[in-house]
Amino acid sequence: MSYDETTRNSLTQDAQELVSRYPRPRSALLPMLHLVQSVDGYISPDGIAFCAESLGLAEPEVSAVATFYTQFKPQPNGTYNLGVCTTTLCAVLGGDAVFEHLSEYLNLADGQTSDDQMFTLERIQCNAACDYAPVVMVNWEFFDHQTPDTAVAMVKALQAGKPVRPTRGPDQVPTFREAERVLAGFSDGRADEGPGCGAPSRAGLDLAQSRGWSAPGKEAS
Amino acid sequence: MTTLTPLLTRRWATPESWRLSTYVNDGGYQALRRALAQEPSAIVDAVKASGLRGRGGAGFPTGLKWSFLPKPDGGPRYLVVNADESEPGTCKDIPLILADPHLLLEGIAIAAFAIGCHHAFIYLRGEVVHAHRRLQRAIEEATDAGFLGDNICGAGFDLTLTLHAGAGAYICGEETALLDSLEGKRGQPRLKPPFPAVEGLYARPTIVNNVETLAQVPGIIANGPKWFGSLGTEKSKGHGIFSLSGHVTHPGQYEAPFGITLRELLKMAGGIREGHDLKFWTPGGSSTPLLTADHLDVPLDHESVAEAGSALGTRAIQVFDETVCAVRAAARWMEFYAHESCGKCTPCREGTSWLRQLLARIEAGQGREADLDLLGEIPDQIVGKAFCPLGDGAPACVTSSLLHFRKDYEEHIRLGGCPFDPVACIPVREDVA
Repeated sequence: MSYDETTRNSLTQDAQELVSRYPRPRSALLPMLHLVQSVDGYISPDGIAFCAESLGLAEPEVSAVATFYTQFKPQPNGTYNLGVCTTTLCAVLGGDAVFEHLSEYLNLADGQTSDDQMFTLERIQCNAACDYAPVVMVNWEFFDHQTPDTAVAMVKALQAGKPVRPTRGPDQVPTFREAERVLAGFSDGRADEGPGCGAPSRAGLDLAQSRGWSAPGKEAS
Repeated sequence: MTTLTPLLTRRWATPESWRLSTYVNDGGYQALRRALAQEPSAIVDAVKASGLRGRGGAGFPTGLKWSFLPKPDGGPRYLVVNADESEPGTCKDIPLILADPHLLLEGIAIAAFAIGCHHAFIYLRGEVVHAHRRLQRAIEEATDAGFLGDNICGAGFDLTLTLHAGAGAYICGEETALLDSLEGKRGQPRLKPPFPAVEGLYARPTIVNNVETLAQVPGIIANGPKWFGSLGTEKSKGHGIFSLSGHVTHPGQYEAPFGITLRELLKMAGGIREGHDLKFWTPGGSSTPLLTADHLDVPLDHESVAEAGSALGTRAIQVFDETVCAVRAAARWMEFYAHESCGKCTPCREGTSWLRQLLARIEAGQGREADLDLLGEIPDQIVGKAFCPLGDGAPACVTSSLLHFRKDYEEHIRLGGCPFDPVACIPVREDVA
């Protein structure tokens, strides 16, 4: 394992915190793999060795778990993971076109990372935002109602180093490693940023309010 | 006329709807206080009497599920919240967590008290970072305010709640795969029985409930089981979130009593996009067989949708108009299933892979007449023979699209390509253009 002492100490401290949240240590494995990605940007050999040693597992046991889940990356990931939803609904509503344009603009195929390590482009599966289709997830933050033009413009802004704001998320899109630290279970203090919901989420509520519809009151007791 | 009943969604438009103060000012956590003043068994009875059925797709009676737990033996028992929302078309739990996480937390606290659980887990899919932030912050706020943690509301009940991130695997929405994943393993389903109520997390008695299911619990405790049952149909009681997406004028979340029809919902959502007609729709996600314009008046409850040859599932209504190619839709869904099949059982792993290849070949215009026979036969080798419901649901899009739109398939073979214009199905959004 080639982590320097500072990195190793902080990883160890974080891992202990994660393990303490579960009745059995092995339950902390997925969070620890997210933690590894927050440090290394992918599931590195060092990270696998660290998880194995911390949890008393063999390295192949850790690898077997890591390779099962698509969010765990076997190769160094780009700073920005561009996930274009191309499951049926998003695909039909424009997701395929968005992917094609991003692919052409960045000259990247599905799963490839740019030479400058800035972007990884991938097709993703349904991300639970179908009423905002087509959706692009940048480091797993929502960019709703995308078109080829808005998606390419967003990528250009990232390339220019400008702050980019997700539609429903924090004020600025985090880096891949920053996002992975949140998924590992460590707060970045940005929960209060962004809206509670977008227009589609409240479409039914808005209609009910405009029509004066409400649910019946409680039963007489 | 059926009208909308915003209960779970009613705070979503409120400024800072996700904050504890917003929730408490709107009467939040009162149901928890009320529950803690009762016997746990009374809570289970109330949920049973309400007729609440699981909102994660299967529709199993929630109170009955809770009552399957064996008698306390002094060891731990767990509540695990399934927040791995991933079924294509389903988009209700994530917005609920983003907008009103405390409603879920109150439901969790009440359910945990009812079943004698002192450590609960939320398994949240990993691909929604902001939902993690909101939920983690809500847990902190609720713990600081004494609604979670030790001696909740001074009533002597302790509950630790751990938020756990998944890592991108649809199969983990299946409850036993979810439990394996939560134990730090590959998320593959377990053989049932034993069911989780008997041997779940760490082989201890465990209840796995969906987000929306638990979000219904505070309302039932606050307003009474009869109130809940006054909405909905006789066997599918209550209300729920119907998620409309696709070619409708105003896609979104519409909370309504069970038994509402798509015709009614479409009217509320401004109809099919202008100038177009309904071609097909999924009543409850891509694992439920496609329905057509012939089914606009089917009451959207578990029984009626089953009678119509499909399933209510998660009420994920994906609407497609006449510009959409049924072969392309099925091919893309099958890519999803082949990608997400966990590989544990042969019928699902091989079956979804072969279906994916066949559909891709047909879509590319290289299909043969005999391929349609194969598309008819392969699903029989998967459904009922797979290890878990993923395999049972995967071929639904193929079988139902072949049933209703065989012509689309035949045209691909006859023409040697797709007869549809892929641009025609992309809506022009005025607010974006």
